[in-house]
Amino acid sequence: MKIVRIGCGAGFAGDRIEPAIELAAKGALDYLVFECLAERTIALAQQAKARDPQLGYEPLLAARMEAVLPLCRERGTTIITNMGAANPSAAAEVVRRIAERLGFNGLTIAAIVGDDVRALVEGDDFTVRETGEPVRSLGNRLVSANAYIGAEPIVHALEQSADVVITGRAADPSLFVAPLMHAHGQSLDDCDQVGRATLVGHLLECAGQITGGYFADPGVKDVPGLDNLGFPLAEVPERGPIVITKVPGTGGIVTPATCKEQLLYEIHDPAAYMTPDTIADFSNVRIEASGPDRVQVDGATGGPRPDLLKVSLACRDSFIGEGQISYAGSGAEERARLAADVVMRRLARAGIHTSETRCDFIGINALHGSLLSSEHDRSYEVRLRIAARTNTLVDAQAVANEVESLYTNGPAGGGGATKAAREVLSVASTFVPRHLVRCDVRIEVV
Amino acid sequence: MKLRTIAHSRTGDKGTTINVSLIVFNPRHYPLVVRQVTADRVKAHFVELATGTVIRYELPLIGALNFVVHGVVGGGVTRTLALDAHGKSLSSALLEMEIDGDAEMADC
Repeated sequence: MKIVRIGCGAGFAGDRIEPAIELAAKGALDYLVFECLAERTIALAQQAKARDPQLGYEPLLAARMEAVLPLCRERGTTIITNMGAANPSAAAEVVRRIAERLGFNGLTIAAIVGDDVRALVEGDDFTVRETGEPVRSLGNRLVSANAYIGAEPIVHALEQSADVVITGRAADPSLFVAPLMHAHGQSLDDCDQVGRATLVGHLLECAGQITGGYFADPGVKDVPGLDNLGFPLAEVPERGPIVITKVPGTGGIVTPATCKEQLLYEIHDPAAYMTPDTIADFSNVRIEASGPDRVQVDGATGGPRPDLLKVSLACRDSFIGEGQISYAGSGAEERARLAADVVMRRLARAGIHTSETRCDFIGINALHGSLLSSEHDRSYEVRLRIAARTNTLVDAQAVANEVESLYTNGPAGGGGATKAAREVLSVASTFVPRHLVRCDVRIEVV
Repeated sequence: MKLRTIAHSRTGDKGTTINVSLIVFNPRHYPLVVRQVTADRVKAHFVELATGTVIRYELPLIGALNFVVHGVVGGGVTRTLALDAHGKSLSSALLEMEIDGDAEMADC
């Protein structure tokens, strides 16, 4: 029986690159997927594209491609990624240039466009799910609107023999569903198979989170070689149980426990996991060890794909100003609390409008090492963190400066001040009819 | 004993809603957590952190409960003032919950 081998080379935009190289070199993979788009990442990418139309793709795209493209070409591994972010066409151009520089001949690159639905949602009556207000009322606060597209256009790209498929806002599991369905010659109308492939995607999409990352707890859940965490791969037969494993010799572990934690990660109702491809049912999934670092997973099913696609809306929301400063020794907490009080009073007096403020008190042994810190019966050190929401960047900077100015104007012995001010893009959502989101596959052969 | 003695947990975030799983190490402890770790108890445990409802899903085949916690204080990952914007550390808070029982003895 044909077994498709599919690996995950990144679980977020800034993920490590060397585990992906290890997978590409030793995983004997048919497909290597890089999942790099969080909710807000695409909004930041849209802003980058607005400044420069040649940008707006994942900044680590070139580094990742240079690292794995030669290995994947040698081994016949197809790469699928959402590193196109806000600009899949520009990302494809980057890959084309790398391929040319490497002297490749006959590499097929597919860019999938059409997830950017800003014009659509601005031009009709759509409602923001979280607030009930019309999307149109967001006006120029709206930074981006991207529909979560499914496996279908990726399958179309694979049918055209693409070696590298680059999407924008494709749903994370869809990056895995498409190659699995394509490789096994299965139809996207085969709901249970789509549900099963969605399970594979869901388990793999956060890369190291199923091989021992976000898991280790010394003495309770020990993970060997966490500093050399291997990334996961799945062995997927046409039907029946799937095996989750990793490249032998890498750090980390694949156990039923790591797989169970990832099965429920970001899941609400396990019987209704909604993606553009299906409403998957993970409630009857069984997970069993089947060998060292090998876990067998079975029992996912799926229903028909939904008629509506979720759209992620990024909006200019507010600004956050933040500052931190540390106090040590007896009375550290009292001085930190006095410092917080000083800042709050000064913000009020200066008329800096804050819609929300927060004071945190943090610390173990950052200031004076473990010896002095451990001799204290109360917390030896306290790091004050003040954060405030403002309407303007200037006000956010004023908040941060007030914390910094505690150096010379605040309680005794304040050290190590830091400050930051930034704009906040909040993310909301709406739903649009699937047929209004037209995706296009742009093929280029080097 | 603390839940940490018999179970592990992971947090995931979607906007202002967070899910926290609770997975027993040994299947014989599953009935114990089903009985004691109710949605109401989890809501009370997180009283300072979330204002909305808590829904519990049961997954007996893998010995797990999944808690969906609505109305996370501060507005969720993209706009919160909190240091842990995602709420990724919330799993450790759940595992601090005290429950009645003996890890060696408990079988239902």
